[in-house]
Parts: sequence; C-alpha cells; structure tokens
Amino acid sequence: MADIALAPAAESPAQLRLARRLSAGARCAIPVALLLGIGFLAPLMAIFGYAFATPRSFDVFRSFTLENFATLFDPANTVWVSFVWSCGLALTTVAILAVVAYPIAYGLNVVFGRWSPFISVLFVFPLFVSENVRLYGWVLFYIKNGVLDGTLKWLGLSGGPEVLFTPGITLFGMVYTYLPFMLFPMTLGLALVPRDLIDAARDLGAGRLFIWREIELPLAMPGILIGMLLTFVLAIGATAEAKILGGQSIIVISHDIEIAFTYSQNWPLGSAMAVVVTFFIGGLTLFALSKLDLDRMLGRR
Amino acid sequence: MKARRTNALIWGWTLFVLVAIYLPIVCGALASFNKSRYFGFPIKVYSTEWWSKTIDSIEIGMIVKTSISVALLVTLFSVVIATFGALAFARYDWKGRRLYQKLILLPIFFPQPVLGLAMLLGFNAVGIQTSWMTAVFAHMVWIVPVVTLVIAIQVYGFDASLEEAAFDLGCSRVQVFREVTLPLLWPGIWSGMLFAFLLSWSNFPLSLYTTGADSTIPEWLYAKMVAGYTPMVPALGTMATLGAAALLLTGGLVGLLVRRRAAA
Repeated sequence: MADIALAPAAESPAQLRLARRLSAGARCAIPVALLLGIGFLAPLMAIFGYAFATPRSFDVFRSFTLENFATLFDPANTVWVSFVWSCGLALTTVAILAVVAYPIAYGLNVVFGRWSPFISVLFVFPLFVSENVRLYGWVLFYIKNGVLDGTLKWLGLSGGPEVLFTPGITLFGMVYTYLPFMLFPMTLGLALVPRDLIDAARDLGAGRLFIWREIELPLAMPGILIGMLLTFVLAIGATAEAKILGGQSIIVISHDIEIAFTYSQNWPLGSAMAVVVTFFIGGLTLFALSKLDLDRMLGRR
Repeated sequence: MKARRTNALIWGWTLFVLVAIYLPIVCGALASFNKSRYFGFPIKVYSTEWWSKTIDSIEIGMIVKTSISVALLVTLFSVVIATFGALAFARYDWKGRRLYQKLILLPIFFPQPVLGLAMLLGFNAVGIQTSWMTAVFAHMVWIVPVVTLVIAIQVYGFDASLEEAAFDLGCSRVQVFREVTLPLLWPGIWSGMLFAFLLSWSNFPLSLYTTGADSTIPEWLYAKMVAGYTPMVPALGTMATLGAAALLLTGGLVGLLVRRRAAA
C-alpha cells in the first residue's frame, strides 16, 4: 500500500509534456500535484533521509545507518510507552466520539429541518478558533478558583474536582477538539441513507433496532468509517491537548518526536520516529480509502 | 409519540454539546475582562484595561499583521490552485482520477505537528531560511486539499453541458471559463476562500515549525500560555475569535445576497 503514497506526482519536464498531451482533467490536477509533490512528498523524503543518518548529526543523505531504528525498537527505550498512550487515547477518542456525534449527525439529517444549516455552522465555527485558545478556555474552567470551582464555592459547595493535568482531561480535550472531524463525515454518511427505504421497512413491520442495524448503519458506514479514520489519525498526532490540559502528565508520540527535534537535538532519531508514525498512518489511511467511493459520498449521486 | 420523544432527546443532546463547545470560549472572554492579573471566579472587578493594552501593544500589532498577511496570501494562492484541483476532482473523467482523489486527501489525514516538522526539515535540507513566507507555503499544503474538497462539492452539482453549449456557440476556452465555469462555481469558491482564510488564521501546529523568527497569533498565545500569562492572552484570543466570527458572518451574508441577486 505504502508505495502508492510514494508514487511521484507529475514533476519532471518529460512528465509535464506527457500530461499536457493528456486530458483536461489531468491538466487541472497539475498545480495541486506540484504543490503536494514539493510540499508533502519532498518533506517526507527529507524525514526518510534523516531517519537513516548518523544519530545526533545533520548528515542527511551522506551517511546510512539503521542505528536510529535500533534505538527506537530497543526494549530499554521507553518510546513505545508514548506510542501506546497515543494509540490508546486515539482509540478511546474515536469510540466516545462515535457515540457523541451519531445523534447529532442523525439530527442534522432528519430532525432539525430548516435549522440544520445554522446548527452545522455552529459546529464548524470552532475550527476557525485556534485549538490553543479553546483548550486554554477549559484550563480557565477547571483550574482552582476557575469558573467551575469558583461557581461551586459561591453556591456554598466544597469546590470543583481537581481534574487538570491528568490523562483523563487529556482524553476529554481530544474528544472536544476532534468532534467536528467525526461529525461531518458521519453526517455525509447518514445523508446517503434513503429515507423512503426506512419508511418502507417500517411499513413492512420492521422494529426500530432492526432498521438501524440492518439499513441505516450499513448504508451510512462509508461516512462513519471516514470520520473514525480521520479522528483516529488526527488524535494519534495530537500534542496540544496533552501539553495544555494534561500538563505533560503523559507524553504522547508526537510530543516525543518534538522533544527529539528540539531539546535533545537528535534529528535522526526524531525522524525515525516520524517515519514509523507516517507508515502506520499512511498504511491505515490508504487501506481505508481504497475501500471507499468518494464520488458517491461527496456528489451524492 | 415515541418519535417525538426521540426528537426531543436529540435536540437536547445537540444543544448540550453546543453549550460545551462554546463554554471554553466564553471562559476566555470572561478572563479577559478580569481586572486583576490572575484569574479568579466569580470576577471581583471587571475592566477593559487588558483589551486596551492588547490593542495598544506594538508587538501584538506586528503579530496580527503577520497573521493577516499569511492568511491573505494563503487564501489567494489556495483558491486558484484548488479551483483547478476541484475540476480535476469532480468535473473531468480522466485516467488518474481515482488515485488523485485519494492522494489529495493524504495531507488532511496526516498529523499536522509531524507535517510541520517534516517541512522544517525539508526547508532546512535545501537551505531555505524559514519566515512567515515559508509558513504561507506550509499552510497551503494542508489548506489546498481542504478547499479542493469544498469547491468539489459545488462542482458535482454543475451541469457540464452548459460549457459545451458555450463552446458550440463559438466561445474561446478563456471566455467559457470566465463567463460560464467561474460564475457557476462561484458559491463554492466563495466558501473555499472563507475556509482558506479562517483555517490559516487559526492554524497553530504548522506555523509553529515553519514561521522561523516571525510569529502568528496562535503561536504568540501558546508561548504566553506556557510561560508569562497575562490577561492579554485571553483578550487577544477573544479578539481573534470575534474577528473570525465577524468574517464568517459577513462572508455568509455577502454570499447569500449575491445568490439572491443572481436568482432575481
């Protein structure tokens, strides 16, 4: 699967000439292909190059060693703890979000009617507010003498629970941040379910649970899967939640990568970690996307 | 009867989640109106002191300018590239289309902190000094695919025979594009522009690694959250949020008016 990701976009002059003789569609794709070739594939190549360079050096493409990967997979190394934390948090986030977002996605399609576009905008808007700002708002909410604690004390109660800087609040932050990424693909997926099919099933005497399990869920599955994949992948790479809300009580994998690049100045080791994450995510994404028909999802035809 | 109860539950749940989504933004706004330097709730003395300090600060003025420049350039370039990208995505049937549709999604399905680091490495490997201009490029790698999808949805609903009719009536390729294709795609392009600007405006992970010595609003906020909190942090955060809301509102209204005028 991974070699598809590495297939070069039309870049060389010869390929460009070929593309020019190709259809209008291919010609329209050239600017995007160039951008992603230079801005996405080339940096991944750089990371790949660095991953095989001498540890703690900047000898990219001039030295070749597997030492970085050996360090990474050495049982004495604790990087795998971060990786397990990231995977665990991401999986839990996906599971919680599936339950949280499903009723809303259903509502957007079936219940809200003319309110539906407005409610969608309300769910989109937080994407345009930096996640730092939103997560810091939760710090102000949960902190000692913050909004929750202060309100409870004002009511004469004993004050709020101390939840900040724990793994639990990190999970909460991730569920909070990635809700739109689950909600919108799920809404698109549920829009694929023909309502008259459900009415027909009901007329024929099918129960609600039966209709949900046998009709609604299978037909909406492409959208639900995209949502799950997107949230999982983004949650694997999440750092802001663990840093701002979690107070570094746990170190997630992309934080580990960052540490290798900044404090410990070990770019090759950081790159090796990034390569492992990239292959994991890339493999998963390409596998899932290969099973989906995007024309049907986006074009609704 | 049962259906009505379910609908009420769905409404209730959605409103509850919406309140939770906006709660932290409200908390930030509250904190920015707190007179004392450290946050405590209920707020004893309200003041707009930190707002005026934020507006008067020269440092913040420069940061806002950087953020606006980055977002404007990203919008301009992304929309042009993504319009063609969307035509390739949804309008034309060509050989590599299925593969192209999937490859274009990869940057969206990729953790941004890792992408930012990878780009820093790439710039470093070819010897490009990072500044806000490299950040424009970095933002585009992520935003162009998003905008392509936004415009593609419009392209799907577009009747290709109109273009062919224009060709048959003797229009040149440029004329068809300007007089037929663009006006038909305009609503999608307009939403794409709003998405491009606002996503760049709020982006943190990519900016962090690719702006070099320059700084955008989310970067400055993060630096101050980690060390050196003052109520200017929630004040600037709230201003950025209000700016985004104002832009979205204006953009939405303009789009609506244009569509209504076109329909009339």
